[in-house]
Amino acid sequence: MANSTRCAACKYLRRRCSHDCILASYFPSTNPERFACVHKIFGASNITKILQQLPVHQRAVAADCMFFEAGSRVRDPVYGFVAIISQLHQQIIITQRELAETQGQIAFYGAQQVQGLKQKTESRIQYNETMCFNASQ
Amino acid sequence: MGGSSPCASCKLLRRRCAKDCIFAPYFPSDDPHKFAIVHKVFGASNVSKMLQELPIHQRADAVSSLVYEANARVRDPVYGCVGAISYLQNQVSQLQMQLAVAQAEILCIQMQQEPALPTHQIVSDDRSLLHSNLSNLPQYLNFASTSNVIQDPLKRESLWT
Repeated sequence: MANSTRCAACKYLRRRCSHDCILASYFPSTNPERFACVHKIFGASNITKILQQLPVHQRAVAADCMFFEAGSRVRDPVYGFVAIISQLHQQIIITQRELAETQGQIAFYGAQQVQGLKQKTESRIQYNETMCFNASQ
Repeated sequence: MGGSSPCASCKLLRRRCAKDCIFAPYFPSDDPHKFAIVHKVFGASNVSKMLQELPIHQRADAVSSLVYEANARVRDPVYGCVGAISYLQNQVSQLQMQLAVAQAEILCIQMQQEPALPTHQIVSDDRSLLHSNLSNLPQYLNFASTSNVIQDPLKRESLWT
């Protein structure tokens, strides 16, 4: 890539952007904030190392994920992405509890129905026995 | 920390551990792996800068979350922490669906047991509960990517919109 069309990474790092620049495909010059954000958290050499270790078809996703993580860390310098994970864990616990309560209610209704049916059956038997007795008198 | 027992970071970086070393409280020498992994993913100078920008009482939590993220990135170099979010969001979705099914069952039971009540009254109360549960799915992953190549090799539900 010529100097006039440097990728965002090489522009930021003030270096020549070679034609095989590994960062160029994932940090285009049209979005300089993207690289600035990732660079702030991971650093240029770490980004390059991480991408170099991956097969080419996985690098775009990896760059996107690093950008997302870096963005979360910039917004929340203490917890970063972990804050979201923590919230999801909380949500799982709350939903599991709600589900257990609802299933408990279903079991309760089910038991009520069985009890009601049992009582109806018993009354019918008693009624029939009474009718038979009266008829025999 | 004095020169006699450098912290894990100064040991790895092979430098003198000053008594006001910013890393020393959080990267003790008995756990070298902790700093090694954070340094591998974020770099020592980035970590130092991040810690310096935080008040002291928040640095321990920041280090813990950085260690967590670094571990996730080493385990999954492509998705890192984002992979964990994908898994957890799937769990939340499944639980929400199970809850919706269970609530629908309760609705049916109530309708069977109380036929005297106006149907629309029972239905509207529980339907609003169902709707609020189904619409309460978190949408954390919603960002624009320049690559437009976001696939899910683990064949989970796609989260990027």
